[in-house]
Amino acid sequence: MTAWFQGTWLGEGGGWFLANLILILLIALPLMLAVAMIIYAERKIWAAIALRRGPNVVGPWGLLQSFADGLKVFLKETIIPSSANKGLFLIAPIITFTVALIVWAVVPFDVGVVLTDINVGLLYILAASSLGVYGVIIAGWASNSKYPFFSALRAAAQMVSYEVSIGFVLICVVLYAGTFNLTGIVMAQKGNIFGILNGYAFNPLLFPMAVVFLISSMAETFRTPFDLVEAESELVAGHQTEYSSMSFALFWLGEYANVILMCALNAILFWGGFLPPLNLDFLYGFTLFDHYFSLGWVWLILKMCFFFFVFGWVKATVPRYRYDQLMRLGWKIFLPLSLLFVVLISGWIMWTRYGVAA
Amino acid sequence: MIAIFAFYLFATLTIASAVLVIFARNPVHSVLWLILAFFNAAGLMLILGAEFIAMLLVIVYVGAVAVLFLFIVMMLDIDFAALRSGFTRNLPFGLVVALVLLAEIIVAVSAWKAGPVTGGVQPAATNQPNIEAVGELLYTRYLFPFEIAGLILLVAMIGAIVLTHRSRGDVRGQKVWKQVDRRPEDAIRNLQPKVGEGVKL
Repeated sequence: MTAWFQGTWLGEGGGWFLANLILILLIALPLMLAVAMIIYAERKIWAAIALRRGPNVVGPWGLLQSFADGLKVFLKETIIPSSANKGLFLIAPIITFTVALIVWAVVPFDVGVVLTDINVGLLYILAASSLGVYGVIIAGWASNSKYPFFSALRAAAQMVSYEVSIGFVLICVVLYAGTFNLTGIVMAQKGNIFGILNGYAFNPLLFPMAVVFLISSMAETFRTPFDLVEAESELVAGHQTEYSSMSFALFWLGEYANVILMCALNAILFWGGFLPPLNLDFLYGFTLFDHYFSLGWVWLILKMCFFFFVFGWVKATVPRYRYDQLMRLGWKIFLPLSLLFVVLISGWIMWTRYGVAA
Repeated sequence: MIAIFAFYLFATLTIASAVLVIFARNPVHSVLWLILAFFNAAGLMLILGAEFIAMLLVIVYVGAVAVLFLFIVMMLDIDFAALRSGFTRNLPFGLVVALVLLAEIIVAVSAWKAGPVTGGVQPAATNQPNIEAVGELLYTRYLFPFEIAGLILLVAMIGAIVLTHRSRGDVRGQKVWKQVDRRPEDAIRNLQPKVGEGVKL
């Protein structure tokens, strides 16, 4: 598509720009729609677990509930506290939202269906997700209020702690796949077990890391049971306490975009991404009227939906951690465990692929 | 075209935010400008084709070091008047630092004019990914300095733990494994006390 646009009157630079803009919108707009729908889906899941009905008034089966909420938030007045640091106060939700979106640039939806196929894709994701904490910290500080400030401190400590174990888990995956490129990582999972099962999580050596990554990704997105940052009973609404209207909505959108991203990462890194779970030809796609239709993105979205259900399930059933327990889990359990597995996995790879022992 | 535009964008922003680090009145703003400077420096690295270094810069400096910076600076209770009154007292020291930095810049620029330092190392092939090129050099030619650096970091880490760790005898810490091990039989007794006797705990 880029080449076609570059062929028109726009020239090389302009064509490149316009083509990429369209591709970005093609990812970002469905993502926003997905956020609206998963908020609805999540409320339905919680309702079902708590034996309630959930949203069922706006639209058929309440499907339009999120849009009604969005409209309400949009029409409200933006209130800026008089003692707040105005510039930073307004920048904070924008940072959260932007950072949640930019990561999607490297997420592969199928072979070649990715905005930028860079060879440091995983590092890019790690870098961008480590920026996410700034939205929370800046919001907490700029609000100039006690509870948001506590929330900011908690967010900083929590984010740094869990990023360490996430880093080691990612190293395990990279060691096994031999590349930082996300498409490469997914393709390396093809037929990982006996040539039939696609996905590192089916590998007994990597399955514990898949579990650690799932839990860490919950902590990284500040979801229950790790939502100490916005624990209602202690901190009102955490860093969002002073926010209203669209600035609040941006936090909300960014948070859920991050949750979807973590679901996608779980799927891509450990469960085969856009590959079907079984390495059988007819699961990859079908030929209709001499045209091949790949089912890659369907598999990816199915896996993301599954992980999203797990996220909602955990949120509905698991009670919140205490802060010291949260830190203990991050530093005393996940860190040594993931470090041990880095050693184990690199040892296994040296033994099997490079024949050191033989 | 785009590369030139990007270079001037990143370069200007780096310098501007570096200047603002010094001139911002609020220390928290200073740290935030510093983060912006790091970020734009990473952008410059990207233009040079050093994507691995760029990502590491963002992950390590922006994602971890600056977060801790911000963490500390946010909690400072700063008296701005006192801060400004110390200006003349610290001026000589500041001038010395500025002179050292200026000299370093001059040396660096003149060394750069004299030509690149290759040190006998072949530059990496352009089609080789960054990470592989860095890895190949680190684990062959520079293995010894690399290991030394690792050792120094390990010593620093242990030192920090030793300095901050203190075991206090007067607090009862939580022993999670004990709590998990506890069964209902250990915790509950079923009794049927007679009237007026009560239960002995």
